Amino acid sequence: MPKLSYLKALNRAIGDEMERDPAVCVLGEDIGVAVTYATAGLLRRFGPDRVLDTPISEQAFTSFATGAAMAGMRPLIEFQIPALLFLVFEQIANQAHKFSLMTGGQTRIPVTYLLPGSGSRDSWAGQHSDHPYSLFAHVGVKTAVPATAADAYGLLVTAIRDDDPVVVFAPSGALGLREDVDLGGLAPVPLGSSRIHRAGSDVTVVAVGHLVQDALAVAEELAGSVSVEVFDPRSLYPFDWAGLAASLDRTGRLVVVDDSNRSCGIGAEIVATAAEEMRLVAPPRRVTRPDGAVLPFARDLDLACQPTRSQLRAAVEKSVGAG
Amino acid sequence: MTAGQAPGAAGLYRTVALIRGFEQRAVQLVRDGVIRGGIHPCTGQEAVAAGTCAALRPDDVITSTHRGHGHVLAKGAEPARMMAELAGRTTGLNQGRGGSMHAADFAAGVLGADAIVGAAVPIAAGAAWAMRQAGSDRVALAYFGDGAVSQGVVLESFNLAALWRVPVVLVCENNGFATSMRPADTMAGTVLARAAAFGIPAATVDGMDPQAVLDATAQAVERARWGGGPTLLECVTYRFDAHHTWEHTARPRYRTAEEVAAGTARDPLEIQGARIPAATREAVDAEVAALLDEAVRFALDSPHPDPATALDHLYASGLRARAGAL
Ligand SMILES: Cc1ncc(C[n+]2csc(CCOP(=O)(O)OP(=O)(O)O)c2C)c(N)n1
Repeated sequence: MPKLSYLKALNRAIGDEMERDPAVCVLGEDIGVAVTYATAGLLRRFGPDRVLDTPISEQAFTSFATGAAMAGMRPLIEFQIPALLFLVFEQIANQAHKFSLMTGGQTRIPVTYLLPGSGSRDSWAGQHSDHPYSLFAHVGVKTAVPATAADAYGLLVTAIRDDDPVVVFAPSGALGLREDVDLGGLAPVPLGSSRIHRAGSDVTVVAVGHLVQDALAVAEELAGSVSVEVFDPRSLYPFDWAGLAASLDRTGRLVVVDDSNRSCGIGAEIVATAAEEMRLVAPPRRVTRPDGAVLPFARDLDLACQPTRSQLRAAVEKSVGAG
Repeated sequence: MTAGQAPGAAGLYRTVALIRGFEQRAVQLVRDGVIRGGIHPCTGQEAVAAGTCAALRPDDVITSTHRGHGHVLAKGAEPARMMAELAGRTTGLNQGRGGSMHAADFAAGVLGADAIVGAAVPIAAGAAWAMRQAGSDRVALAYFGDGAVSQGVVLESFNLAALWRVPVVLVCENNGFATSMRPADTMAGTVLARAAAFGIPAATVDGMDPQAVLDATAQAVERARWGGGPTLLECVTYRFDAHHTWEHTARPRYRTAEEVAAGTARDPLEIQGARIPAATREAVDAEVAALLDEAVRFALDSPHPDPATALDHLYASGLRARAGAL
């Protein structure tokens, strides 16, 4: 079977959707030369009317896409840096997200915002290392964080076809992943459908994005003593609550590993919902970034602010010890 | 140095040579894996940093960009502490917290480089305003690239600065590229016309000639000091090296070798070097090389920060953040 890399999967998803639907267009900085690779070859294939290299005018081109969507296009915007979402938070959270309701359903805003390289990039310092997916889940913008190449393909295709704004975070820590896939079998992955990467009976570890790999490694490390189920929500909003409840029915214990800041991160929402509504035999736990984290430049400091395998392992062991 | 005591030709040459040599060593340290995250080299653009900072007083301030090593050095930061910052060491200007894109040295008047295109322009304007409010004649100078003039916040800053006659000098370094994009592909109108729209005096300057940059900046600084408000200088230069060192391996194609050869034909190091006696030039080169070799040694010998201090300085008040795991 051919190997598919995560970046290639993103690239393929965009190309396939542009092929399928002439309304799909792409905007972003340096997408012609494809500095992130996600847009490689698209300019040549689809031409400058559908692949628009933009000036460094993020606020304008984000709402430009909103207007184009109102007029029938399905734009995808690539942002080079996750922090650019802070710059265009108004355009997404206060504009694109609100129009369906505010117009009484007269319009829809099918725009996809793609972040290839979210989270830490290994010493790119404070303004290039954010992972703000929880912010979008909080305001209720559809948010996906694919963990594997096949899911990157499937979730990005779904985002492009979705009639609402969707933010797709492609974590830096996952971009290098490659997996064997049957290319013909690549398919859309619905939002709100979780994936269990490893079944287990003692603890459910909910892992977001690139942290799925860490969760799998910890599950393997602990295999002799603890049976860990690795649960990947795939989209954070909507969230597959029924899937999580089913997993907790089996395990009764929950640990979330989440690259958000601790306070008000998606991990907090997952823990709270589980505590309110699901079967738990031990206190749920979170492994996250610290509160308010600004990732420092020096590598050891950067790493000290991200969730680690050893922290996850300790949290799993505590969870088992507690119940 | 104070106004009216601008450096002579040798002084300008020294700054250009210092920045050139610093970038050469920094690029090598990126290759060696000592500097992580890569850098945006300013090679070829040294005349802009050297000329503008030569027109400033030590108590004036600047804001810089992702391509900021030259600005920070020209304003007076110690090369050794700058190199240590790039290497992420405790002895760095920012104690290893900022790195290449965030180097700051408040003692030297460097309010900081900023990684978000255009973001520091209003910061310079605000600092300039506050310095005037405090009764001083200090000025601020903001650097930004050609790519930044399409950024809303930059144009909004032009308006504020002109409206309130803020003592800020706006320096657009037009190096021909915003990553892969050329001004002609991204900019309707011109840089000068943008300034004109806000009533800001503006001029195009030969950004390869340190003396020409110094002369133009000196006028702009003088206008700002006496209350005449902002001036915009479009310094036309050329980026000799990669947008980011990432290009050294990825090699995206957006300019041809012939084009690069033409763009690098005029070199600020040679332009300024030709203005001083050969013996002076040799002496400066030797002094700068020794200083920079020592800077590299200092950086390599300096300690890495302790991970337990990762969130030191997060809050000025000393508030301690909760950890990410119990
Ligand atoms: C607001 C914003 N958008 C995009 C980026 C990514 N980016 C970093 S540098 C750069 C090009 C900047 O071009 P220019 O302002 O001309 O400066 P130069 O790199 O040529 O020095 C881009 C697009 C960013 N850092 N900030």
